[in-house]
Amino acid sequence: MTSYTWPVSDTAPAVVVDGLVMRYGDKVAVDELSLTVGRGSITAVLGPNGAGKTTTLETCEGYRRPQRGTVQVLGLDPVKDRRDLLPRIGVMLQGGGAWSGVRAMEMLRHVAKLHAHPLDVEMLSDRLGLADCGRTPYRRLSGGQQQRVGLAMALVGRPEVVFVDEPTAGMDPQLRRTTWELLEELRGDGVSVVLTTHYMDEAERLADHIHIIDRGRLIASGSPLELTRGGSTATIRLVVTRPFPPGSPESLRAALGEAIVVTQLDDVSLLVTGPADASTLAKVSRWCDENQVLPESLTLGVRNLEDVFLQLTGRELAT
Amino acid sequence: MSGTFTPRPGAAPLHRMVLAQASMEARLMLRNGEQLLLAIVIPVIVLVGAVQGADRIDLELSGRPIDEFAPGVLALAVMSTAFTSLAIATGFERRYGVIKRLGSSPLPRTGLLLGKIGALLLVELLQGVVITAVALGLGWDPDVSVLGVLLTVVAGTAAFASLGLLLAGALRAEATLAAANLVYLLLMAGGAVVLPSTAYGAFGDVVRWLPSGALGDSMRAALLDGALDPMGLAVLAGWAVVGAVLTARTFTWE
Repeated sequence: MTSYTWPVSDTAPAVVVDGLVMRYGDKVAVDELSLTVGRGSITAVLGPNGAGKTTTLETCEGYRRPQRGTVQVLGLDPVKDRRDLLPRIGVMLQGGGAWSGVRAMEMLRHVAKLHAHPLDVEMLSDRLGLADCGRTPYRRLSGGQQQRVGLAMALVGRPEVVFVDEPTAGMDPQLRRTTWELLEELRGDGVSVVLTTHYMDEAERLADHIHIIDRGRLIASGSPLELTRGGSTATIRLVVTRPFPPGSPESLRAALGEAIVVTQLDDVSLLVTGPADASTLAKVSRWCDENQVLPESLTLGVRNLEDVFLQLTGRELAT
Repeated sequence: MSGTFTPRPGAAPLHRMVLAQASMEARLMLRNGEQLLLAIVIPVIVLVGAVQGADRIDLELSGRPIDEFAPGVLALAVMSTAFTSLAIATGFERRYGVIKRLGSSPLPRTGLLLGKIGALLLVELLQGVVITAVALGLGWDPDVSVLGVLLTVVAGTAAFASLGLLLAGALRAEATLAAANLVYLLLMAGGAVVLPSTAYGAFGDVVRWLPSGALGDSMRAALLDGALDPMGLAVLAGWAVVGAVLTARTFTWE
């Protein structure tokens, strides 16, 4: 019998990525990425499609060998120490991972049998709302049901760290909430959760810590609060009916003063970040009038993660 | 701290993982209609058809048709499972990310391979029981070398499984499906599986070196003469080594 002895002195972080570089041919997928994930927390790796999130996760899961830099999970090397590490982590792939003809519960039972102390599969399938489709072949499950089977397979072995890749993609709002609650319960029970997402609201609602990745690089890190605060910072979003004339961001910035940051989001929208007051709003409105642009909408709001992200990537686009 | 999800990780003992994997894969293979056709229905039809046909056309056989064909059809059954079924199943496992998923489970790669071999042997056992029963019903009177049969099944399974994995690892799932069926049909017709290599005239010296000819001749030696066929077994072992080396170099998990 294999028995697991908990290393009492085991205080290694859940994940340490240091200077990771991954390339596919000429394309750099991950570019000098460094980040640390603490134990017993929910950490979101946030970024647009193609930012390098999945590649980073798959390197942590031992699927890919770092081309440069190092990756450690629970203090172990995911490639060299994979036999010691794999029983201790749970992996939810972005899709697939089951035979097309296997029944949902059959698949879950099979994965449970590979572990020494698996969770009760009936309880787990009840919790994930899979009780109704337990005898349904995997290929006939809906996208959301397949996602939940994938999550169940990641959890059934009672791992210390779970890696979930876009866990709620394709789920309806109610299912997303149930899944979020489950992930929060995992954290409460001492499991470290690392999730990738391109949903800002998911990261903001769920994560203790967020790493924002764009084009393979870490562009911001912190708690949702740390990332979105900034004193009295607020945002004004200006959307116009026709594309802005050239030089508009510069001209608007000149009109608003030093403390204001203007980010062009696309042809017809600008983000103005800075001290939020009515006078700024009035100045933006006057600038529109003077430059003969017709606002379609002019909204004032507290800065959210989406603004942070757009502003960060926008700034990077400009350099 | 003892919530529902409080970590308590650990791998199951290897033998239990391998057993779980083997029974899972065998069940999936037998559940699939096309695979069942390949495993049981086609060999039985070939057996009955060959025995009926041999009475009408004059084939030069050393023994009675049923004694000649029953070992050949058992060899065909091994080939269909270890090569065609395995290649197709593995091709789609790669496509559906099953192998990738199991790659992050506690099941090591050797365990996955042992599980696959176990599943093949389970299915082959079932095929052997059905085909033997039909053959005995047709008046089969074998002269059995138990060691010969066991060695032939193991060497034949190893040779064809390594070639099946080579195919599945190199091609897309649909291409694997087509190629595995095509190769199976070609070898069934012209590979000296069901008919002995001596029945092919001068071409017999070539097909004897194919894994199909070696498997068929070795199975006939074990069940027609009650003897070992060292040459056939050696040829199968050679193909197994070549297939395993090439598979190890080329197989990708996705």
